[in-house]
Amino acid sequence: MLEWIFDTVLGLSLLWLAWRALNSPDLFKAIVLFISFGLLMALIWVRLNAPDVALAEAAIGAGLTGALLLAALARLRIMTDRNVSGASTHLAHPASPAQPPAGSRFSCGMLILLLPASAAGISYAVWTLPSDSSGLSLDVAENLGSSGVSNPVTAVLLNFRGYDTMLEMIVLLLAVLGIWSLGGLSPRPERPAAAVLETLSRFLTPVFILAAGYLLWVGADAPGGAFQAGSVLGAAGVLLLLSGWHPRARFMQWPLRLALTAGAGAFILLGLLTLLFEKQLLAYPVAQAGRMILLLESLATVSIAVTLAVLFLEVSSDHKEKVKKGEKE
Amino acid sequence: MTNAFLYALAGGGLFTLGLHALVVHAHLLRKILAVNIMGSGVFLVLVALARRSGETASDPVPHAMVITGIVVTVSATALALALMLKLAGKSGHTVLPDKHSD
Repeated sequence: MLEWIFDTVLGLSLLWLAWRALNSPDLFKAIVLFISFGLLMALIWVRLNAPDVALAEAAIGAGLTGALLLAALARLRIMTDRNVSGASTHLAHPASPAQPPAGSRFSCGMLILLLPASAAGISYAVWTLPSDSSGLSLDVAENLGSSGVSNPVTAVLLNFRGYDTMLEMIVLLLAVLGIWSLGGLSPRPERPAAAVLETLSRFLTPVFILAAGYLLWVGADAPGGAFQAGSVLGAAGVLLLLSGWHPRARFMQWPLRLALTAGAGAFILLGLLTLLFEKQLLAYPVAQAGRMILLLESLATVSIAVTLAVLFLEVSSDHKEKVKKGEKE
Repeated sequence: MTNAFLYALAGGGLFTLGLHALVVHAHLLRKILAVNIMGSGVFLVLVALARRSGETASDPVPHAMVITGIVVTVSATALALALMLKLAGKSGHTVLPDKHSD
């Protein structure tokens, strides 16, 4: 009974936070509410017995996405302040959040039809599913012995459905390429960091690296793995970037590119090798599976961490200003 | 019938809330937030349904798919934010041009 009350309260507060985050008049407040929404999601993943997902959500959903959104908002505000005298204001301060778009009565009617239809459709689909199903968990448990690891989620991610993770590494790479093709890589403008932030990041970075290494290693038989390790390491990178650190220019060329492509490259190479020798994509020989998974995970961790840090660097740094400065000089 | 169904329904609710905000708000940053919340709703439905049978261990396949999804979401969000900033820098607006309203 107590569990039902707890779950109901948790579910309702999640919905309420989502509503507030989406409809709060102030964008900054909306983003902070969104971050707390992510933390509540992490709590719900634990309630649903999904600790691997909870770790990923706490590091990425709440942490990195929030940092990205706040960085983007800060840049929007800078643009607004610059454009105050110009024609275009209201970049970061939209008039009224709940103001409907200049829509006709027709689109309003469509909305009234669409929303209940989507809610009812999803509820109906969920409600009519058989209430007692173990899904694929029995199949996974049966084959866990030959996967090379004992954490079922890692086995699915890196072995049974390794192609998912391979394509995901390519998606990460595509996101970076997409952003680079919009503006190109520029070093972050130098800005003196607050003393507290600088000292704190100096203390925290080794702890982050240690935690990432632990998560990577323990992922073989307990909650953890490449994604969680990579996002913790990526968060360390974001913290360092925030405190004014930036890598030397010579690391920004091919060493950076190598780190970005290491994960996807390793997956593709290993995929080709297994295709050649085992006649199946990413089907590892049983005796070597554990070692191969660890190798793939280590390289994927580096790639995920560097990708996330680069994404933050790109969203937070101001290309345009840099270009203008260069032109003036 | 376990309390996992409760969370699956909450996931459906999140999706609908996000869809509403996606249509109603014109500001692109709000649209990006809305898409993120819609994604969270989908993840919640997936993981809740993996927990249906209650006693036995939950299904690891949806868990793995959701972890993949979370990482894909953050990279898509970063790309969307970069596009939004580019648009705001070029046009001075954070809303998409609407042919009918002008």
